[in-house]
This record gives sequence, structure tokens and C-alpha cells, in this order.
Amino acid sequence: MERIKQFFKSFLLFELLKGMKVTGRYLFAPKITVHYPEEKTPQSPRFRGLHALRRYPNGEERCIACKLCEAVCPAMAITIESEQRDDGTRRTTRYDIDLIKCIFCGFCEEACPVDAIVETRVLEYHGEVRGDLTYTKEMLLAVGEQYEEQIAKDREDDAPYR
Amino acid sequence: MINIEIDGKQVAVTQGSTVMDAARQIGVYIPHFCYHKKLSIAANCRMCLVEVEKAPKPLPACATPVAEGMKVSTHSQQAVTAQKGVMEFLLINHPLDCPICDQGGECQLQDLAVGYGSSGSRYQEAKRAVTNKNLGPLISTDMTRCIHCTRCVRFGQEIAGIMELGMAGRGEHSEILTFVGKTVDSELSGNVIDLCPVGALVSKPFRYSARTWELSRRKSISAHCGLGSNLVVQVKNNRVMRVLPRENEAINECWLSDKDRFSYEGLNSEDRLTAPMIRKSGEWEVCDWQEALAFAAEGIRNVINEHGAQDIGALGSAHSTLEELYLLQKLMRGLGSHNIDHRVRQSDFRADIVLQGTPWLGMQIAEVSQLKSILVIGSTLRKDHPLLAQRIRQAVKQGAQLSVINPIVDDLLTALAYQVIVAPSAMLGVVLQILKAAAEIKNTSVPEQAAFAMDQVNISENAREIAASIIEHSPAAVFLGNLAQHHPHYADLFSAIQAISEITGARFGVLGEAANSVGAYSAGAIPWSVGVESTSKAGSGKSGLNAGQMLGLGTSEEESVCSAYVLLNLEPELDSYDTHRALQVMNHAKFVVSLSSYKGDIPSYADVILPISPFTETSGTFVNTEGRIQSFQGVVSPPGEVRPAWKVLRVLGNLLDLEGFDYDSSEQVRAEIISDKEEFAQNLNNSLGVLSIKDLGQKNGKIERIGEIPIYQADPIVRRAMSLQKTHDAAPPAAFASSALLSKVGILAGEVIRISQQDEEIHLMISADDNLPDDCIRLACAYPQTSKLGAMFGEIKLAK
Repeated sequence: MERIKQFFKSFLLFELLKGMKVTGRYLFAPKITVHYPEEKTPQSPRFRGLHALRRYPNGEERCIACKLCEAVCPAMAITIESEQRDDGTRRTTRYDIDLIKCIFCGFCEEACPVDAIVETRVLEYHGEVRGDLTYTKEMLLAVGEQYEEQIAKDREDDAPYR
Repeated sequence: MINIEIDGKQVAVTQGSTVMDAARQIGVYIPHFCYHKKLSIAANCRMCLVEVEKAPKPLPACATPVAEGMKVSTHSQQAVTAQKGVMEFLLINHPLDCPICDQGGECQLQDLAVGYGSSGSRYQEAKRAVTNKNLGPLISTDMTRCIHCTRCVRFGQEIAGIMELGMAGRGEHSEILTFVGKTVDSELSGNVIDLCPVGALVSKPFRYSARTWELSRRKSISAHCGLGSNLVVQVKNNRVMRVLPRENEAINECWLSDKDRFSYEGLNSEDRLTAPMIRKSGEWEVCDWQEALAFAAEGIRNVINEHGAQDIGALGSAHSTLEELYLLQKLMRGLGSHNIDHRVRQSDFRADIVLQGTPWLGMQIAEVSQLKSILVIGSTLRKDHPLLAQRIRQAVKQGAQLSVINPIVDDLLTALAYQVIVAPSAMLGVVLQILKAAAEIKNTSVPEQAAFAMDQVNISENAREIAASIIEHSPAAVFLGNLAQHHPHYADLFSAIQAISEITGARFGVLGEAANSVGAYSAGAIPWSVGVESTSKAGSGKSGLNAGQMLGLGTSEEESVCSAYVLLNLEPELDSYDTHRALQVMNHAKFVVSLSSYKGDIPSYADVILPISPFTETSGTFVNTEGRIQSFQGVVSPPGEVRPAWKVLRVLGNLLDLEGFDYDSSEQVRAEIISDKEEFAQNLNNSLGVLSIKDLGQKNGKIERIGEIPIYQADPIVRRAMSLQKTHDAAPPAAFASSALLSKVGILAGEVIRISQQDEEIHLMISADDNLPDDCIRLACAYPQTSKLGAMFGEIKLAK
């Protein structure tokens, strides 16, 4: 009995039809493929892309050189040097992130007590020669200035879940 | 012994100990802030509350004396609840600014808050804020963080001897302050930074520059005062970031003087020399090592060919390591010259002939706190040996009698039994009075060396009391300080004190001026032959010129002494007895090789400057004033072309074709110097052969200079430590004279006057100081401003 059933199944290409059913379903289902770079997938507000250093609305840099990000970084990608600025505040004189070492774990962002170092939604950047991907303090601040609106909005969206 | 039980563990402790002592003995940790093993008990932080069986409430472990059968639990429900309660109160007013606090990562409050703090605060009201205080250039404050443990206050009262910090106000309004408008100027002030359990008092030079977890900790030995304090040098990116004490009960306990702690800034100074330089036809040129060393060797050879080896002199600073000084003397003796010395500030070398061994402290440093009577002669002790002064204060607290014979009042911040302040020239007279008085009390005769002078001496009341004090109290000790060692009658003082020590049974110590003063003798950086056999002493054929002769003491101007000099780690224009004459001699010399870590103002006299490592960049050994041999490794690698001096001298030896310069490590050199530690210890000997005291050095009616070496001018490193140079102790030099002298000369205090010694003249403000003996001017040496003048002691003139 079992063998007759098997005979008809293979004779009528039942397995093929079964496969075609999946193909058919996806043929008419909405597509998830996007035409990158013209089209982009949606991103979470928690997306961990290129780093940025933020400033306060009054233009003062947020980073206070506490070095917690440097300490927590599992890849040891962050290098900070600090000193007392002329106005007596604690500031960095050097803040380098080696993006080649970075594993984008987001710990730096988590560790930061003042939301100074953040990871933005930017994922399209490249380096052409060695050293291009070592981002200095000025570069990171520039990234922060460029995307501040988005960064601030993302922090706000994520705030209820923290 | 009392038996108690802590957390189920039995422990037997002595009567009178506290629960905290008992717990520490068995390694049970009880959280605490205000308790410190070296300070008195305040019991004001309440963090150490523990449960004691049958006690109705938790008791503070640090202030609860043990009782037989006591059962203590440190981690019971009641104890932990109490500790958590205390922590909540402490955190009410403590700011949550750990990210910008320099103490972050090494903060006791932070650590204990992890264990005993809750995650949120129930406190809704406004937090307390306290204005920051200006405590001077070394300590930076954030007084809002203070938890009122009063460790800093107790440190001032009990260890530093001066209460510069105090707590004012009550309850919410209590705060730590200095006296109005005053800063903290004690030479031990830096220790409050270590003591502060929170970030209220932190180091100003180190402020915001690194985090504790980034720093690697490396052991080292201090290169400044003769104590050889043990250090932990903290390093980041091959740069010394700060220096902390390494605990050693036998030497520095857990303290460190500011000089040892903050002088590291001099290591990172802009003035560091980073490449060898030679002078070609008057112009300085940077060159490579090969060229510089060849130039130096050739210069030395030329001088030998022209004038003979006897015409070369070498002067090494006693702040150099044992190995460096040994190689320097080996180089000199290999060349055939015995002209080598390290005692650049000494002026009286008559004792050399009768010296039986290496002058040293005569006892262990730790024994100083057990002494019952102490006589200090010629020393600004607090400035020269800050931690030894601290030991003496502890001794006085235990009931010791402290007497001082000095030309200046150096406030030792403790009770003085007797103080004799006399002109430098009269110091010997006072010492002889004590000798005579001691002989009378003991009913013995004065030793032959002093017998001649005895008739001229009339015993004063004070001298008799001092003699009685050192005879009646045992153990007693007599110390010869730096000032006495620079004194023009050093040999007589030495001889007289030795006689006192013989008669009274008091011990006798010479306080080592520099980190390696004792080591320099052992290394052979002295003009007589090494081995310190009494047969090959100065005076025998094998001896050379001493530092005084090499630096032109007792010779007239325009007269050069040696044609060539090798200088190790030394700036003779600041570091010698007669700086004016020293500079003249150097300028007259045909060829001067200077091994130095610093450019200075590129010495006018040098022909080649070789950049050498300071103590943090080389391995080496210091022998401290108690004869303790302490070797250390370099903690950072030298910048630029800088090389350790022992390597430089080794290669220089090779280039001069000398034998026995094939060392591979500084340990090899050390093994050659100290082959047997016991034999080394036997060489420490303060006794003298017979040295008759001929001249009493009576006053001749002329005005005398009292030239002390200020604490932060004493060696090249500390002179370049910027923060120390901003302290009160490093204020620009001023002259002081008694108002009697001022009115006699007709000068008002505060006037700028002309001060001259020999032909040189400087303009300086003069102030009145009625503690000074008559006809004396106190004028510090080793400042660029005063180094133009001559000898540290001796005649000085002043005019409007």
C-alpha cells in the first residue's frame, strides 16, 4: 500500500508541486530585497554604526575624559589622553577610535555617563590608506555635529526602554 | 593576651588593642574610612560598625577595645544593616561625580559603595555644596566630596607636626579648611592625598592626567634625600605620571616627602637633554654618540699627553647610583688619576686622613624613633631629611629630649629640650662646651684631640644641660646634619662629637646628604684608594685631590686647578661649596666633559655634554644613610638618545683603552663593588683617628654668611620640578639678618641692598629675622640668583 502511494506521488510530481508552492508564495509576497544603495532597509534607533562625539546644545563638548569607554572597550580600540583645560574642567586632549579594531559592541555608548560617545546610524564610510579609519577627536566631533539631530532623536526614542 | 572570636575565628590579641586590630591580625576586613593604622582613632565615620554579642547596639570596631571572650560578627545581619545605613548617610551629600573625579578607580568610598550602597537614593532634598580651598600648588581640592573622616587633620597634628588643616563648623556646616589665607606648606603635605579616602584632596600636578587603571606600577628608590625612600612609580606610555610611597616600615613607613613625591615632574622637564652635544669652535652642535664619545676620549687623551693624568679631575654627584660612581672612579684610576670626589659641598677635608670608614647614620633609621635623647648639630632637618624629622618627632612624643645646635632656627615642629642658636663660627665652641661638660659629669678626662682647646672653653648652662641630657637618657644619639657637613670646621666638629660620643656612650650619626652619600664612599668616589684600608688613606702617595681642591677652594683666582674635568650628574655652578669659584675653575679648565640629564643653560664651561638617564631610566643601586643597599630597575626607557650613565662610562672606558670595562649589566658592576654584604657593612664606621682641634674658630667681628641649601634646590631633578618650584619653600631667595645688625649697618628691613662676597655683588631684599645670631646673614645657596656669590659660610658684606 505504501509503495503504491509512493508510486503515484512520484509519478504526479507531487514533491515538485510542493516546492513550487513555496516559490509561488514568495513570488507574490512583498519583496524584502532592496536596491542598495538607492534603497535602504529600515534601521533601529539602537543601530550601532560609526561613532560620534556629541556636544551640548550650547556647543560645549560632552566628553569629560572619564575614560570609562576606554576601560570597557573589549577590543581596546579607544585611546584617550586627558588634562585640565584652562577653565579647570576635565577634558580630553586626544580621543582616538581605531575603527579597524572596533567590534561595534556598543559598550562605549553604554558606559558613557554623559552620552558623549554614541554610535550613529552611519555605516557607509571607508578608508583608502592605512590610518584612515583611526578617527580622531576632531573627526568624531564632526560626525556628531553632522548627525546631531538624528542622534538626539534616536536617544529619545530609546529612552522609554532604558 | 585576650582571646576573642571574630566571625567564628579565634584570635588572641594584646590588652588594649581594638577589635579592628584583632580583625586585621586574622585578615578579616572591616569596612572603614577614618581608621588608619598610623593615625589616632577618631571613630567618626562609623563605617566599621560591627555586631558584638551582648552589646545592645552595633559598636565601631576601630574604637572598641577587646575584652575577654568577646564575640564579634562583622558580616551578621545587624552589622551589615548598620554599615549600609552609614553608607546611605555618607552618600547623602557626596556628589555623584565619579566620572570626573581623579580618585575614581582608587576611591575607598566608591569601592565600599559597591558593597554597601543601594542603587538609588531616598534623599530628595538639596545636596550640600562646599567651596574649594586653595591648598597651594601641590594639593587640589573638591571639598564637596569630603566625608569628614579627619584623616588629613590628624595627619597634620600627629605626623607632619603642624596642624595646617582643621575642621570648622558643625554638622551640615562642618568643613575642612586651612587657616584664613594660608596654604598647606608642610614638606610632608603630599601624604594627605594618599590618606584622603575620597577625592576631596587630590594631587594637583597629576590632576586629570590619567586613571589609576591605566598606570603600571613599578618599584623604585628615591634619588633625593639620604633616606632612600621606597617608591612606586606609576607609568603610562613610557612617561612617569606620578610617584607614590611603597610601604617600608624600616625606612619611610607609608609616607613620602613632597620632594620625593613631586620631583618626578623634573624627569619630564623641557630641559631634558636628548642628544649628545659637542662644542666645535665655540658653537654647540648636536651629534651622535660615536662622535661625542670619540671627542670626549680624544680631549681627555690630549690633556693627559700635555699635562699628565694628574691634571684630570672627576666630580660625581652623590645623587648618582653606586654603579655610575664606581665606573667614574674606575675610569679615573685607570687613567692614573686619583682626583675624584663626590663631596662637592664640603669645605673641610681634614678628617679624610683619619677617617676609619664610611660615615653613616650610625644606626638603623627605625631606631631613631626609639631614642631617648637626641642632639642635632647643624641641620635644617625638616628640609634636608623630612621623614627623619618625622621619626624624631615621634621619638619626642615618646618622651625623648631633643636638643639642637644650629645657626638658624629650623622649627622642628616639636618640643625642643634645649636649643643653642649661634653663628656658624661659634658652633664648634658650643660643641666643645658640651664635650667639657660631659667629661666633668662623667668625671673623665677629655680625649687628647680636644685637650688643647679645653682651656679656652667656658661651659654655658645650656651646654651642661645638653651634656646631661645625652648622658642621663639612653639610648641617646648625636647627629651631624648637612649644614655641619658643609661647615668650614667640619673635621673639628666631627672629631669633637666623636669624643662626646665616646665619653657619653651616645651613638653618633652623620646624616647622609644625598641618596647615595654612603654608597659614594663604597664606590670609591673619594680621592684615596678604595678598600678603605687605613694604610692607603689620604696623605699616602696614592691619594688625589679632593672636591674642595678640585673646585678651587683655598686657591686664588685666575689659578686653574685641573686642566680637564669629568662631571657626573652635577651642576657645579649651583652644587658646590663656593659656586663662584667653582664656575671660575670650570671656565679655566681646558676640557670639560659633562654627563648630565639636563641642558641647563648649556654650560659655558663644558666642551661635550653627554645625555644620561636619571634614576627612573637606569638600573642601579643606592646605599642609604643607614647603609641599606637598595637596587632598582629602570621604570621607563630613556627618551631620544639618552643612555644610562653606567653604559656611557663603560664605553668611554673602552674608548680610552682601559682594562676591565666589559660589563654587560649594572648588576655585574654592583657585584664587583659589593661582593660581600657583611664586609660592606663593616666598612660603615663613624670613628676617626686622632685629629687634634687646634683652632676654635672664634668670631672675628666680621659678618658671616649662613648658606643653607633650600629643600627644592638641592639637586638637578628637584630644581626642575615645576610644582615644587611654586611652593613657599622655593620662593625666590631673600637675605635675612637680625634687626640689631640691620640697625648697626643702617639698613631698613625690606630694602633692596647690595650683598657682596669676595668681589661679587648681588642685589637682594633683606628682611629682619631676630632668631638669627648676631652678625650673621642668612642667604640660601643653590639659587641661580645667589650662586654668583661665593662660599656657603664665611665673610659677607652688605651695603645700601
